[in-house]
Amino acid sequence: MFETIVFYVFAAILLFAAARVITARNPVHAALFLVLAFFTAAAIWLLLRAEFLAIALVLVYVGAVMVLFLFVVMMLDINLDRLREGFWHHLPLGLAVAVVMLAETVFVLGGRYFGLATLPAPGDPGTAYNNTKEIGRVVYTDYIYPFELSAVLLLVAIIAAISLTLRRRTDTKAQNPAQQVAVKRQDRVRLVSMPAEKEE
Amino acid sequence: MIDRIRDLFKTFLLIELVKGMAITGRYLFARKITVQYPEEKTPISPRFRGLHALRRYPNGEERCIACKLCEAVCPALAITIESAQREDGTRRTTRYDIDLTKCIFCGMCEESCPVDSIVETRILEYHGERRGDLYYTKEMLLAIGDKYEAQIAADRASDAAYR
Amino acid sequence: MSEIVHTFEGYSAAWFGPEWGPALFLTVKTLLLIVAIAIPIILCVAYLTLAERKVIGYMQVRIGPNRVGWNGLLQPFADVLKLLVKEVVVPTGANRFLFVLAPMLSLMPALAAWAVIPFAPELVLADINAGLLYLLAITSMGVYGVIIAGWAANSKYAFLGAMRSAAQIVSYEIAMGFALICVLMVSQSLNISDIVNGQGRGHFAEKGLNFLSWNWLPLFPMFLVYFIAAVAETNRAPFDVAEGESEIVAGFHVEYSGMTFALFFLAEYANMILVSTLAALMFLGGWLSPVDSTFANAVPPILWLALKVAALLFCFLWFRATFPRYRYDQIMRLGWKIFIPLTLIWVAVIGIWMQTPYNIWSGS
Repeated sequence: MFETIVFYVFAAILLFAAARVITARNPVHAALFLVLAFFTAAAIWLLLRAEFLAIALVLVYVGAVMVLFLFVVMMLDINLDRLREGFWHHLPLGLAVAVVMLAETVFVLGGRYFGLATLPAPGDPGTAYNNTKEIGRVVYTDYIYPFELSAVLLLVAIIAAISLTLRRRTDTKAQNPAQQVAVKRQDRVRLVSMPAEKEE
Repeated sequence: MIDRIRDLFKTFLLIELVKGMAITGRYLFARKITVQYPEEKTPISPRFRGLHALRRYPNGEERCIACKLCEAVCPALAITIESAQREDGTRRTTRYDIDLTKCIFCGMCEESCPVDSIVETRILEYHGERRGDLYYTKEMLLAIGDKYEAQIAADRASDAAYR
Repeated sequence: MSEIVHTFEGYSAAWFGPEWGPALFLTVKTLLLIVAIAIPIILCVAYLTLAERKVIGYMQVRIGPNRVGWNGLLQPFADVLKLLVKEVVVPTGANRFLFVLAPMLSLMPALAAWAVIPFAPELVLADINAGLLYLLAITSMGVYGVIIAGWAANSKYAFLGAMRSAAQIVSYEIAMGFALICVLMVSQSLNISDIVNGQGRGHFAEKGLNFLSWNWLPLFPMFLVYFIAAVAETNRAPFDVAEGESEIVAGFHVEYSGMTFALFFLAEYANMILVSTLAALMFLGGWLSPVDSTFANAVPPILWLALKVAALLFCFLWFRATFPRYRYDQIMRLGWKIFIPLTLIWVAVIGIWMQTPYNIWSGS
């Protein structure tokens, strides 16, 4: 009963935040509502005892991805009128995508073939159950190949992203601290002994 | 090459950071030089330029002859002087105001004074609680001069050899 | 103690029924425990500010605050009183709601993280299995306070400070995370109590020299990386470009005054205590005593933890008194080009080490 109420409170916050993400006029507010949505989703996962997923969501999305998002949104000078221009033009396509997504969700959750009713309810695993350990065990045994594949894919994506954006500029005046620190006295200073000169 | 390797070790073992911390660590135990101000005070030079004062001659006659040199030389325009003839025919000031909120305590009024009338004393502990409290009039300046004449005279005398 | 608690649990069940009684009891009990943890932390923060002023003063051959109370011991309360009665100024053009929200967002993670910190064996609010992960997640949220403060204030200095701080915190979090991954690899647990207890076992611990069995010795490079990254994470000198009072006046909290400013202050110092406690738990054996003697064992465990945390906090102040501020590009270079490769290599080294017969952590 208590858990149910907590769930509904979190669900209400999540829905509100998600709705505000697309209705907020200020892009920074929208990004912050997205943070709230992520955080509430993590809380709901915690209720399902999926603590690893919940914490990973907070760690990765709230802690890193959204920070970079905010970074970009704050730096940009977004013109809302320009963004609103194509609203009616794109509306049919958007509605179509939304309908397809809704249909898929209904099909998966409520359908006769995949519906939640056909799956066995997970029993209470007890307090000694370690979600992180179990996920690690499954990922590194049964699903080792898909896991490693996705890891390699991500690595390729990282390298590609860096190499696409890395411009070797020759005109920058950047310093190399390693070189600066490695400089010795004899590299820079030359002591010369001169004979004393007479003043005219 | 050997230098390079030595530098690398130095960098990763944070040798120089530890050296710096050793110095500050030593100073943690050094004797403290703080002066506990209201109870302890540092000695003040006789040339100290603090609160202004107008002096008098020993016979009680005020020194100022209203030449207005100080008013002219004041870089902060803090001094305002008005003068008039007294009954005995001498020229005296009717008004001599120093706005201490404008004053920069450069001491040029004192330097310019031909009769050593306006001086800066070694008084530094004064304050105003309301707007206008730091606007000193002739009476106030003369009162300061009367009160601290002994000190002022002693300071001038000790510095006279170097003028 | 436990009997009294049990009695109250019984009352709660009797008054509010079997459905609501336990839930209500749990909520109230947790709230009371939170208060019991938060108040000592806030007191510690107050005295940490005094300690900072005293220690830095002494290193600069001064004596620091000594007027309020005996030798300045009441100075923190005078400061708090001053900040409480000052006006909270909201600048024109600032986003009022976010401007007020930002200090709270910055203090919240600093206090929430203490939920999983064990102060002594069994003395912990929530002894959860994923304690270390929770800590990483919660501390990574501290950056929002800074970013929102910088943006909401509608001031260019605040904004610059927020940008610097955000980039710095996100960068150093990676190195910090990898350093902690080394710890959890050798402890084979994410539970902080287990990590501490794991450090009490080993070759040297059997001979009575417990402190040589702690993680700092086999993981020494990671200890250094963690501690330096922790200094950068908390925006402390020499990594305090987010404040940089000589360049961008005070960075992200330049527009804050009164109690809102005090909250930022509180958050910064609470974070310092938090990362020091974490370092003590992860690398310095937490509440374990350094040697196995009757005298050392007689000292209560929480005192050992407090001593270690105090020593690490002293280092924070020592750094601030010693080092000049890093240039911004050098901070980024240190984080990305030195710490991250170093920690990545060390993770691999530890992994290989653990597979060899010389694995010293097999007992745990």
